[in-house]
Amino acid sequence: MLYSVIGHYSLILGLCIGLLLVYYSVKNFKNSEQLNNKILSFTFLQFFLVMISFICLIISFILSDFSNETVFNNSHTTKPLFYKIAGTWGNHEGSLLLWLLVLTLFICIFLIKSKSQPIKYKILTLVFQQIIIIGFFVFLIATSNPFNYLYPIPEEGLGLNPILQDPALAIHPPILYLGYVGSSIIFSSALAATSLNLVSKKWASHIKKWVLVSWIFLTLGILLGSIWAYYELGWGGFWFWDPVENVSLMPWLALTTLLHCVLVLEKKQVLTSWVIILSISTFTLSMCGTFLVRSGILNSVHTFANDPERGLFILIFLFSLIFISLFIFFFFHKPNSNNSSNFFWLSKETSIVINNWFMMYFLSVVLIGTVYPIFLDVLSSQKISVGPPFYHKLIIPFLIPFLLAMSVGPKLKWIKSNLENKIYLISLLIISILLSFLIVKNFSQNILINTILISSALYLFLITLRDFFVKKHKNVSQNISHFGFSLLILSILLNNLFSNEIITNLKVGEVFENSKTKITFESVSQKEEKNYKSVIAKFSIEDKKGNSENFLPELRIYNQPNIVTSEADIKTTMLSDKFIVINIVQNQEFFNVRYQVKPFMIWIWLSVLLISFGGTLSLFKKEYEK
Amino acid sequence: MYGRKVKLRFLFVAIVLITLILTVFLILKSLEENVVFFQSPSEINLSSEIDKKKIRIGGMVKKDSISFKSNEVSFIITDFKNEINVIYSGAIPNLFEEEKGVVAEGFLKDRNFFTATKILAKHDENYMPPEVKAALEEK
Repeated sequence: MLYSVIGHYSLILGLCIGLLLVYYSVKNFKNSEQLNNKILSFTFLQFFLVMISFICLIISFILSDFSNETVFNNSHTTKPLFYKIAGTWGNHEGSLLLWLLVLTLFICIFLIKSKSQPIKYKILTLVFQQIIIIGFFVFLIATSNPFNYLYPIPEEGLGLNPILQDPALAIHPPILYLGYVGSSIIFSSALAATSLNLVSKKWASHIKKWVLVSWIFLTLGILLGSIWAYYELGWGGFWFWDPVENVSLMPWLALTTLLHCVLVLEKKQVLTSWVIILSISTFTLSMCGTFLVRSGILNSVHTFANDPERGLFILIFLFSLIFISLFIFFFFHKPNSNNSSNFFWLSKETSIVINNWFMMYFLSVVLIGTVYPIFLDVLSSQKISVGPPFYHKLIIPFLIPFLLAMSVGPKLKWIKSNLENKIYLISLLIISILLSFLIVKNFSQNILINTILISSALYLFLITLRDFFVKKHKNVSQNISHFGFSLLILSILLNNLFSNEIITNLKVGEVFENSKTKITFESVSQKEEKNYKSVIAKFSIEDKKGNSENFLPELRIYNQPNIVTSEADIKTTMLSDKFIVINIVQNQEFFNVRYQVKPFMIWIWLSVLLISFGGTLSLFKKEYEK
Repeated sequence: MYGRKVKLRFLFVAIVLITLILTVFLILKSLEENVVFFQSPSEINLSSEIDKKKIRIGGMVKKDSISFKSNEVSFIITDFKNEINVIYSGAIPNLFEEEKGVVAEGFLKDRNFFTATKILAKHDENYMPPEVKAALEEK
């Protein structure tokens, strides 16, 4: 009760500070020197207030204070402490508060970190960032206040959706938000730099760090969500082309493209307009994602409440941001005149531009696939869904030239280069084609397409691998990320090609047998936990060599809310994952059993870690060099 | 005569335009081929001919209609006006229960029989397909 009041008022105070900051910054913009110290302390104060508010909400959750509507809707006294805390951002209101917290934190760090930047640029960035912050403050207080009061005070809360009660999902939102919100800084800073005509090599090397930071977090956030979906949802895959997954992939694609473009801008004064457009679209896509999942348009685990009012607010906010940024872009941006004078076909920047085209193509495929069903529903009230075949058909063929460009591109020099002395490029290509043919030939179907796909991924793999041992090669971080990417594609391809699945219905004591596997359903036992009952099934699975292993997949029947979840039993080795999950249907003695052997599963996760590790390395390397 | 630079730029713009048009064409084409339509049992009942393409059917699982065999499950999807029999062999999501909302993806055999290739998992226990919700509210 007390904490709700404190939390609520510190939110309102934070909003006031935001308005004050914008007012004074605009008023004193001409003689900005005196603002320098004040803005930092006020921004810090704002961050501090949001922090207090956030801590108050966490305390309310820990104390199970059901006079708070958010706590009542999303918590329960029997929930473990860890999930009481994680439940704070496992709902609409709390996650928005977290978003706001990260927004204010980032602008603080931005001001501290960019002391050497021109003061006007800093103030303008602050103003744009504050406009976003104020928008979120108003949104939070007006439509989704986390501190709403309930009377009479309920005895017990409604509980957190059990599939969210999971360690990976407890840290997934904060990490993902760091990525999303990091792109807001890029957005504000790009707008500020455009209005002051500061888009230059210097600005590029300054904003590059922010691009890297948000890119790393976004990558890790998507990874965590994917791992969670793999073991918790029990579908045994890592990516489903579900609209909510797509909305996190879209900013990632834009951000990755931006990362490469900023590198070009840092070295040469080209692609300025393109960098600005990308900065704007990255943040817009992040906001779009928030809009789509929060408004209830997309039905998924992320849709906490279906509230058209909230959707409308974000939509209006989004459109005004787009309008402002387009206005600034068209009226203030002065493109360089000597743009194409020294642009040669065979150079690093050309290959980056080519890869950019591919990235934009992938982005538009994902965008259309995600948005088209929504538009069709609104326009003709026809309900459709766009499934994996659409994405596979449009993306996979273009991966081949994409991977090839990625292998050869980094070998080129800036401005102009030639491909002399590069015999190893051709010999490695031949090796990879031969190797992949050896891998694929045992499979009768689609030999050609699979061979080409695997050989292009393998080609990138071998080339980046070679570069680790060639001393001359300087850019280790880029090499690690590209190596990780090739490993990712390679593991996904092999995983798809060699996965095996058995789905059957079994009673206790029954046996399923085919040529490769024998599944024996041995027994079922029950266990009582604090907030759920679990039914544990025991299977022994024998492969064709006669090795047998025991699996203990579990069903959890939660008491509040009353939901059944499956806990898969996964045996992970370096070469493959064995995955078993069971399901039960009311009043039936049959269990639905799904057993999968998925090769190289762990390499998918490891390679994404490698990709983001490359980014991290590049972030710290730059710090050293200063 | 135009200079070399102008020619190059012209070529560049032409390539960009052609690529763009091809891309849009490609995306729209495969969108048309790969889209899965969503229908309710009543809509299927009213339709004049049976769609050969893959579709999704949404509704409620009728009470006492689920029956298990070792390799398949059969049940009835209803929107309280019309019903359709579904046969399915594959993994069943957690929230699949009698008198709960369900979405099945697959092919129609005739107006009353549907072979499902996938039953969709919904994460929310209160989820109900929009058509079913509308049908319930009419009652």
